[in-house]
Order: sequence, then C-alpha cells, then structure tokens
Amino acid sequence: MSPPPIRSFFQSSVALNIGARFLALIIVFAFFAIFVEDGKFYTLRNLENIVRQSSVYATAALGMTFVIITAGIDLSVGSIIALAVVVVAWTLNIQIDGANGELVYLVHQYPFATPILACALAIGASTLVGLLNGALIVRLRIVPFIVTLGSMGIIRGLAKGIANERDIYPPEETWIGGLMDPTLTNKAKSGMIFPAGVWILILCIAVASFILKYTRLGRHVYAIGSNEETARLCGVPVGRTKLIVYALTGFFCALAGFMQFSYIGGVGQPTTGVMYELFVIAAVIIGGASFSGGEGSILGTIVGALIITILYMGGQQMGWPKWVQEMVIGGIIILAVAVDRLRHRKLA
Amino acid sequence: MRGIAKRFGATLALKGVDLKVAPGEILALVGENGAGKSTLMKVLSGAHAPDEGELFLDGEAYEPGNPLHARQSGVAMIYQELSLAPHLSAMENILLGIEPAQFGLVDWKEMKRLASEAMKTVGLDGVRPETPARALSIAQQQLLEIARAVALDSRVLVLDEPTSSLTSKDIEALFKLVRSLSERGISIVYISHFLEEVSELSHRFSVLRDGESVGEGITSETTEEEIIALMVGRDVDDLYPRSNRASSDVVLEVENLAGLSKPKSASFQLRRGEILGIAGLVGAGRTELLDAIFGLEPIASGEVTIESYSGVAGPKLRWEQGLGMVSEDRKTQGLAVGLSIADNLTLPQLDGLGPGRLVLPSRQDAASQTWIEQIPIKCESPRQQVNALSGGNQQKIAIARLLHADVDILLLDEPTRGIDVGSKAQIYRLIDSLARGDDESGTPPKAILLVSSYLPELLGICDRIAVMSRGILSDARPVDEWDEHTLMSAAIGQE
Repeated sequence: MSPPPIRSFFQSSVALNIGARFLALIIVFAFFAIFVEDGKFYTLRNLENIVRQSSVYATAALGMTFVIITAGIDLSVGSIIALAVVVVAWTLNIQIDGANGELVYLVHQYPFATPILACALAIGASTLVGLLNGALIVRLRIVPFIVTLGSMGIIRGLAKGIANERDIYPPEETWIGGLMDPTLTNKAKSGMIFPAGVWILILCIAVASFILKYTRLGRHVYAIGSNEETARLCGVPVGRTKLIVYALTGFFCALAGFMQFSYIGGVGQPTTGVMYELFVIAAVIIGGASFSGGEGSILGTIVGALIITILYMGGQQMGWPKWVQEMVIGGIIILAVAVDRLRHRKLA
Repeated sequence: MRGIAKRFGATLALKGVDLKVAPGEILALVGENGAGKSTLMKVLSGAHAPDEGELFLDGEAYEPGNPLHARQSGVAMIYQELSLAPHLSAMENILLGIEPAQFGLVDWKEMKRLASEAMKTVGLDGVRPETPARALSIAQQQLLEIARAVALDSRVLVLDEPTSSLTSKDIEALFKLVRSLSERGISIVYISHFLEEVSELSHRFSVLRDGESVGEGITSETTEEEIIALMVGRDVDDLYPRSNRASSDVVLEVENLAGLSKPKSASFQLRRGEILGIAGLVGAGRTELLDAIFGLEPIASGEVTIESYSGVAGPKLRWEQGLGMVSEDRKTQGLAVGLSIADNLTLPQLDGLGPGRLVLPSRQDAASQTWIEQIPIKCESPRQQVNALSGGNQQKIAIARLLHADVDILLLDEPTRGIDVGSKAQIYRLIDSLARGDDESGTPPKAILLVSSYLPELLGICDRIAVMSRGILSDARPVDEWDEHTLMSAAIGQE
C-alpha cells in the first residue's frame, strides 16, 4: 500500500489559521499606516514602540494561552503584574544597617546581587499566587472564573499593601529598569536591535511553543481542554497539569511585570496593569484560542497581542478620543470571535 | 463477576448477577431497557462500586476503584457516547495518558509507530495518524476507541450498543474486527438489543431481567424466540386502570413524518379520548418523533396537522394550539428543578396571573394550589423547590403543567421512568382519567400519545399501540392484537 499523501505545512489547517491572523494583522497595520498623518505610523521608532508595548501583553498572554487551552480563564493577570512590579521596587528600596550604623540601601551595598534578588522574589511571589489560583480551582473545584475574579482583588490588595498604597521610587536605576529602554535612540544599546525585554519575550515564545508541542505536559494541556473526562479516564494527571498551568501563568506575569516596571519608568506603581487581563485575554482569543478549550497556539497569541497593541496605539495617533478607542477594541474582539465561529460552522 | 448487587437510593438496580467470560470469547449481554445491563457494565469498568459481590480477573480478585484503574487492569469499555478528545490527532487519542516520552518530551516518531500499529489492527490504516479525531466519521471514531483499547493491551473489551449509529457496511466491518480481536484472545462483552446481531456474532449469551440473571447459554443452540421469552417473561399485574373511554374526532394527524436523521417515516392519527402508545427500543427515534411534532426538531418531510393547521410550528405555537409535552428527561429538560413548584407549573401559561403582562406570585400559587389538590401532588406548599420532591411527584408537576396550560393533546415521553410502583399507579390513574374526561365538571376527554419502553405499561393503559423500529413507525393496532412477544419482535425489527 502506498503511504498516504503528506500535505504540506501550508495546506494544514493550523497554517491556515495563523495565516488568516497574519492577514488581519497586516490589514490593521496598513489601515493606520495609510491614515496616520505623514507616515508617522511606520517610522522605525513607532514600530519599536509597538513592539515594546505589545511585549508586556504578549508575555502575560503566553501563560493565558495555556490556561485558555485547558478551557480555563485567569482574570488575575493584571494584578499579578502589579504585584511583580511592586515586589521589584520594594526589594530595591530595602534599607539595612550600614558599617557606621546608619541606614543604607541594600542596592547601594550590593549593586549586583540586589536586582537579582528583586527578580527572584517577584518571580517567587507571582508563581506562588498562580499556584494558589490553581490549587483553589483543583482542590476546591471552584470554577476558574470565580477563583481568579476573587484573587484579582486579593492580589491587587496585596500589591497595594506592600507598597503602602504609594508609588515606590527606588533610589537607584538598575538593569531591570532598563529592560525596555529603546535601542534605536540609544547609541550604546543599538547593537542589541531590540530592547532586552523583547529578547526575553522571544526566548519565552520559543520555550512556550516547545512545551505545548513537544512535551507530554503540553499535549495534556490540549487533551484536558478538548475532553477533560476522557483525559482523566486515560490517566492524564488532570489536577497536576492545571496546577502547573496556573503557576506558569504567574511566572510569565512576573516577567511581564519586569517589562512593565521598566516601561513605566522604573517605578513601583501598585495601580499599574489595571484592565490588562482584558487585553491579554483578547490577545489569546483573537489569536485563535477557544473558550471551550482544546484550541489555541502561541504564535496566534503573539499575533493577537500585536493586533491589540496596534489598535491601541494607532487609535491614539489618529487622535481618536479614548472612548472611541475602547469601543473599537471591544468591537474587534467580538468581530474576531464571530468570524471564527462562522468559519468553524463551515468546517462542520 | 459473582453475586453483584447494586442499590441506588431505594431502587435495587442489580440483585445478585453472575457473569463469566472466557479468554477469546464473545459474550452477548441482552435484556430490556432498564434490565441493569449498563449498571452491570459500569460496575465492571469501575464507574460504580458494587454493594455486594466479587469480581475476578484471570482468577484474581479485581476491585476497580475507578475507570482509570479498570483500564490499567485491562478492562476497556466503549460507551455509546464516544469519549475522544476531538481536537487531538488520532494517534494522540490512542496513546493519551501513555504517550511514549523521554524526560517529558514526547517521542513523536515512536508515537506514530505505536499508533499506526494499533490503527492497522482495527482496520484504520487508511487514516493518517495526524488527522484530528473530530474529522473522522462516527464509525472511524469508534474504531479509534477500540484502537486505544488495543494499544493498552486490554484483555476484556466491553462494547455497549456499538451498532446503534452505524451503517450496515460499517457494522459488517465492526463484526469482522470483533471476531479478529477475539481470535487474539481478547474477551468481548457485547451489549445489544438486536438479536440478529447476537446470533450472528456471539459464542454465548446471558440475559438480564429486572436486575437478575435469568438465563444464559450457547448462542448456536438457542433460538431467538427463546431469548425473547427470557427477556420479557413476567406477569402483568393489575396496576393499570382502564375505564370506559370513547374516542371521537381526530385531533392530531401525522403523515409520513421524517426528521433530519430520525424518525425516517411515521404516520398516525390521534383521537380525542384515546391513549395511543408508541413502543420501541431506546434510540429507535421515538423521542425524536415527539420533538418533531412539538417543533423542537426540524422536520425534513411529511406533515403534522392539528385541527386544520399543518404548517411549520415552534413550541410556542404548539402550546397555543393546545399541545403539551412532558419530556423524557425530567431533570435536564422537563423541569427547572431549582425553581418552585408554582414557577414550574405556570411557566407555559403565565397569562391571566396578574393585571396586564404582570405575573403575581400569589396568583401563581393559587393556580398551582388547585392542581396540587386535584391531582394530588404531595408537597408542603406551592413555593417548595421541585428538587425536594420525589420523582413521582416531580412527574406529576410536569403533567400538571400541561393541565394548567389547558392542552387537549398530551405528548408523554417515558412518564414513569425512574419512579416507584406506587407513584406509577397514580400516574396511570391520572392518565386514564384525562383520557376519559369528566362530565360533571364539563372537562372534555383529552388525546394522549404515550411513549414508553416498559411494555406492560403500554399494554396496560393504551387503546392502540404502534411500534418504532430503527426510525420507522408501524401502523397502530388495537392493544388486544399485541402482546409482549409481538411488541418485542416488532421493536427489534423481526416481524
């Protein structure tokens, strides 16, 4: 018997999915490129800005992609980002007894180790709250929407508590604050092409795609979202997988938090990242994931994050009032999902 | 399996069942709906723990704590509703939970090799292992599930009504596969209503009736008639009232009705003052027939005529035309069990319960109270949650709702399923009195269409009975021309 014909990558439905999304990205970009005055939209600097801004959403959306593929949701991502931002600033702001008995900043005493400590603490705290989200969902069998709706408030409160409800201004600029520094206008950094934070994102994209595609964990994530009962019947560790997925979201939010910290100028602002959960969820959904689970891809999510950011920044540069921007982004989310549903119905 | 008993609340679903199957043997498990076949198989596959009795696998005590444990012990169950992950590829479905992997990394090459092997065994070698499960036909999906059992090296394979949604060509292929699996030493338990399948395929058979083993034997030494006799043999008690009813004018006429898949063809006339029964097996298309009449399912061809109207209609128009339906599944379709009796009872007819389009709770309660007393329904108040009532009383609310809406035609789908004998008797009396009407209060007789899988009940209370078999409804004949044997033969398509 002859082997079945192997369809090329470009004929596969996955490629078609991603292709359609790239097309949408190009259309949205072209729209603003044409209508924003004087070609300001496609200057290198503006492109860099788009990439910088979308990195925060995209990084957090990596974790959200895992969650939504399992048919879950995490509303607490905006709050976790704020928690990471605050923990970084708080650590950089620690004072200790110096050699002469007076108070000195830890970061002045140990300029190398303190930023690393700050990142480690932020990653630890964010991953832990993610893990707690997962534990409540798995152990108490509360639906993810409710658990993370609650933890969204709890974590935001925690961030404000740590910051004493004020912005924390660290005494020293560190490399964390410089993660998202533009590389185009800065001669010293122009060799990097992208800001360091964007490189972190690119690395994370590779790792997350690899996990989803090539590891048992990744395939179990799809299996759970596709048919949880079957996955359980077949011996997939459903509870453990979900725990890992929510913890992973916490981890990626910490990285997004570092970028946000830099993006807002190295300040520990406990009120940052409000409403980000909506942008992040929208990026994942526009990227082709389904709320009923089993579908979604990292590449799609990244395209989704870019579309959201371009709409947001393009709207600003068109001089649209904020209320128009908000309505347009809301409308696009519904439109994207509606088009997807129509396509699905045709397939079925 | 020895002396298996299982109790659900007050009902004893299994009363000490014995079942044996040898390696490489195909055992057919037969019995009427509700005889306990599915419960028995759920015990075998670890979904239910037995209250009494023991299970042995290869001579060793076997106590599956859950379906996963059963699968790992080598007992795989293929349910009517397939359990696949639709988004995953065929090969991933086959090896779900046992993916070949090193350090957590999936070995895709090995996965493809293992999956292809299993797919070849079940005759799926024409399908690419990368195809998502949802892109496969139902028959292919079923084979995929069997491939999963093969990949796990299962020793016992349970197939629950595997042919109910297959074409005859697919059935042929499935039979061939089942035989080749049995030749490899795998024990097969084959559950089926269809006796021609049983005699064609199985080596031995075992009959369950009312939760008991009532007979077993070598298939080739037994006639189908003997098996039918074992399946139905029981007494009809005098549970069933039958007052003097007089049927009059035709109120509902169904002509050559066909739905999208079922029913295929159904025609009958229903008269005021009569009870028309529809017998048949689960899945034959009876519920779909009622749904199509009531406008819940699209009609592909044919006509439903009520009075003089025969156009398309949704449920709202049907209610207005004096048609009401009690659906088969009380909990999920029939009643809003979290709401009060009054809310449920008045739902289809809220007009007149307050000024204008308002609905006053006090009027709802008063309207409900009338029916609670008249039927009667045992409850504390009209405000009580439906959840808190017994199955029998819940069913009475479902029927009372039709009376509140003042319908002329009642479509009743399995109205006595899952309720105790005492409540059944009350429901039969209620149905009888509705068909008779009441001259004193001037209540006209109603027309009743009754779908049931319980043959004694159909024979006990209906005036005429028609039988649905594989989507085709026979002519309705007077009840005294039927008995359980002829009904069962007609239902399994052997006239």
